[in-house]
Amino acid sequence: MAHTQTSAPADAAGAAPRQEKASAGASRHQLVAFLIMAAFFAVAPLVVYPVFLMKVMCFALFACAFNLLIGYGGLLSFGHAMFLGTAGYVAAHSAKVWGFTPELAILTATACAGVLAWVTGFLAIKRQGIYFAMITLALAQMIFFFYLQAPFTGGEDGIQAVPRGKLFGIFDLSSAVGMYPVVLLIFLGGFLLIWRIVNSPFGQILKAIRENEPRALSLGYDTDRYKHVAYVLSGTLSGLAGGTKALVFQLASLTDVHWSMSGEVVLMTLVGGLGTLFGPVVGAGVIVSMQNYLAQIGAWVTVVQGVIFVICVLAFRRGIVGEIANILRKPL
Amino acid sequence: MEIFGIPTQALFGQLLIGLINGSFYALLSLGLAVIFGLLNIINFTHGAQYMMGAFVAYLLLNKAGLGYWWALLLAPIIVGFTGVLIERFMLKRLYNLDHLYGLLLTFGVALIIQGLFRNEYGASGLPYQMPAQLTGGINLGFMFLPNYRAWVIVASLIVCLSTWFVIERTKLGSYLRAATENPQLVQSFGINVPRMITLTYGFGVGLAALAGVMAAPIYQVSPQMGADLIIVVFAVVVIGGMGSIMGSIITGFGLGLIEGLTKVFYPEASNTVIFVIMAIVLLFKPAGLFGTQK
Repeated sequence: MAHTQTSAPADAAGAAPRQEKASAGASRHQLVAFLIMAAFFAVAPLVVYPVFLMKVMCFALFACAFNLLIGYGGLLSFGHAMFLGTAGYVAAHSAKVWGFTPELAILTATACAGVLAWVTGFLAIKRQGIYFAMITLALAQMIFFFYLQAPFTGGEDGIQAVPRGKLFGIFDLSSAVGMYPVVLLIFLGGFLLIWRIVNSPFGQILKAIRENEPRALSLGYDTDRYKHVAYVLSGTLSGLAGGTKALVFQLASLTDVHWSMSGEVVLMTLVGGLGTLFGPVVGAGVIVSMQNYLAQIGAWVTVVQGVIFVICVLAFRRGIVGEIANILRKPL
Repeated sequence: MEIFGIPTQALFGQLLIGLINGSFYALLSLGLAVIFGLLNIINFTHGAQYMMGAFVAYLLLNKAGLGYWWALLLAPIIVGFTGVLIERFMLKRLYNLDHLYGLLLTFGVALIIQGLFRNEYGASGLPYQMPAQLTGGINLGFMFLPNYRAWVIVASLIVCLSTWFVIERTKLGSYLRAATENPQLVQSFGINVPRMITLTYGFGVGLAALAGVMAAPIYQVSPQMGADLIIVVFAVVVIGGMGSIMGSIITGFGLGLIEGLTKVFYPEASNTVIFVIMAIVLLFKPAGLFGTQK
């Protein structure tokens, strides 16, 4: 990965590092790539089944949020399903039982995921590397059992027939034509936010911590706090994806909190390219399509996923977008 | 007879189940700790290898007519050998990379193994006959103790303590501990460290398979039997800290007991109690009960 050398100044408070201009700003080819992506998702529903595209966008946002943590912070969470699932349940419950409007349901869901991320992050940040992965996995499993037993989640059935409602009480979202632009805006908004975070001084410090934590610490940065904030941001944005997904499918179920979902988001990011901006989107597209087209082969999907994992780790660690970026010699 | 309003029969029954689960936690976390010590990776395949142990026992009985005692001997060797292959052909390539890649690779391998077994044998459990010598039980007066369960606890204790003895008290173990500290130095003394790493992985995997064989008559043999268990064992490992062999054993049995007690007094929390304990331990002793913070 080509990182511009920007050693952050040893700012005493670590709060107001200087503005990076040329190095940290969004580069032109990234902007071009973004426009292509936006145009693709805007035009694609004319050709491709819109619900499928909405699914891809939800998972793409989820994977981008996950990538914020692993790709830029170097923290491998194996429990990100807890944010996706929690937000799904909150959005579904508030829309169905409390009669929230969709925007309010999604906001509530995102906030709940953020709170959950704050609490679990506080615990998980205490250990690093492999332990961090195990702790997040265990915490997510705890959350899974909670939802399995909690009465409001409907257990194995989940919360079904969630009304999509009317956006701001005006725009009817019940059809795909109504829902699609909303999902597209949420996805692009989330993506731009992550892009902004990555290029912000905060994102630069996060990368510094990933590359060399003792050094960042010795420069006066409270690395634990930066990691915690990154974790909360990542969890919150995963929640945004989860809340939206619950309204798109009008369903919140245990699948979204299960550990296999945490594994899937790792796989998407890995396939697309860890630490690349567009990799998680491509990865989500590949994995979701694969699941759709391979649905009839049942349990073989798990085997195929496992094989992709092994191949990626052994021979294809840059991922699809990482390889392209390597050929172009430009970060994507 | 009652204690705290709970019939002793029920209380001791649950404690016994707790100890049984504890034996499996101890055996599995011990294997994880041994592998982690030398390879610096967390073996996510451990749960799948535990399941393979149970399936090898099932297949030995139904295809080859070899009973429980043969399985106890052969399953760890067979599954351990598959572990050696995984180490030789896959894990070996990752040692100079970030340790997280080892976790991702073993996760992928676990998905493959579990998926293949599910395709072949379906998701439902298959029964495995208890060995004839260990059927029945003893009435201890306050509870009925099935022989097989007593055997599992005693056998896993013996295996755990022998492993501890070999690693902490023998020449071979001292090589192993030295290689954990500084592999280059040990290699320069003429010890074949790569082979030691391979065999260690095989041994850890063998322990998981042994646990699988012992679990087969108690739980049903099913492709998913290790998938959720491994997550609990991860929590056990976080609670104990992987620095100490004895720590893994004590934590494993202890948490099994606590889980059993929870089933008696507050059954709703029995699934989550170990994770809650993990959170509490992280708050007060982040390195784990027996671990040392690096």
